Amino acid sequence: MSTIEQQASGTFAADPVHSHVGFEVPYAVATFSGEVTDFTASLVDGHLEGSAKIESISLKDENLTAHVLSPEFFDAERHPVLTFSGDLARDGDRAKVEGEITLKGITKPATLEGTIVGPTVDHFGATRVGLKLETVVDRTAFDMNWNMPLPSGEPALGNEVTLKADLTLVAQES
Amino acid sequence: MRVLAISGSLRRGSNNTALLRALREEAPSGVEIEIWDGLEEIPPYDGDGDLAPGPAKVEAFRSLVREADAVFFATPEYNSSIPGALKNALDWASRPLATNAFRNKPVAVIGSSAGAFGGVWAAAELRKVLGAMGARVTEVEMAVGHAHDKLDDAGRLVDDDVRLELGEALETLLAEASPALVAA
Repeated sequence: MSTIEQQASGTFAADPVHSHVGFEVPYAVATFSGEVTDFTASLVDGHLEGSAKIESISLKDENLTAHVLSPEFFDAERHPVLTFSGDLARDGDRAKVEGEITLKGITKPATLEGTIVGPTVDHFGATRVGLKLETVVDRTAFDMNWNMPLPSGEPALGNEVTLKADLTLVAQES
Repeated sequence: MRVLAISGSLRRGSNNTALLRALREEAPSGVEIEIWDGLEEIPPYDGDGDLAPGPAKVEAFRSLVREADAVFFATPEYNSSIPGALKNALDWASRPLATNAFRNKPVAVIGSSAGAFGGVWAAAELRKVLGAMGARVTEVEMAVGHAHDKLDDAGRLVDDDVRLELGEALETLLAEASPALVAA
């Protein structure tokens, strides 16, 4: 893979309106998903930094949100931010970011993989890069161990959580 | 720092309440332990009466929990589980769930019983309930079996090992409740 510097050097920042950050986890018979609405991301000469405010996790039920924010899961009171930092490599439209994720005060290596589009100039004259990335983490490695057995004896909630970021990054004026 | 101590037993000669009195003696300087005596006055939980504000005794209990920096439970075990009166009080306290008084509250749970196992199943279930309510459940696991043998006729703890364990359990809870751990 070549590095991003060859094709998108400079400083880019996420346009939050046209970007999404969220997660998916197997739950019972389906996939449970949630979105984090308050986040930042920047790409500076191929180095990607991102952070997400845990309190902004958006689910469809306030009691469920309360449980997810509680010490049994994210412990938002004491660990209010998720962070990621890594270096972007590119091969055509494929993107790979090797770095570290910090969640609930625990830092683990993580590799985000996906696609990259651009840089391209949009209809307002701004230069944009699209990055669509995801990685799978074991939530128990981040001290999130809650579960309940189904009648079959199988756990209701999966341990493998897919973290997803669909980012529109806009070139910043120097 | 204020610790609210809750016994799961209403019995006048309760071993668990006696353990909480001993716990109070182990409190370091600057730590005030209040043993709650209002459990018997909490009405049966009734969803029809689950309004804001709730019954006066329930609201008083919720306030005590909110004002405490941490909560220490000592529970007996009835039919392999949590005593009904204690579970009932927690069901009231857990409402509404998203903003309940136990949310993020550091808690410790110990059990004691006349039998050999020291209420270990009741304590485990109580920890599960408190976790579901959003409390910050500490790793404390202390089960006092044959509890009556460890207290004298006046209900005073006379077992040095149990006293030491109580002190360690309190230390764990206080460490969890340390303001330094709370995010700004």
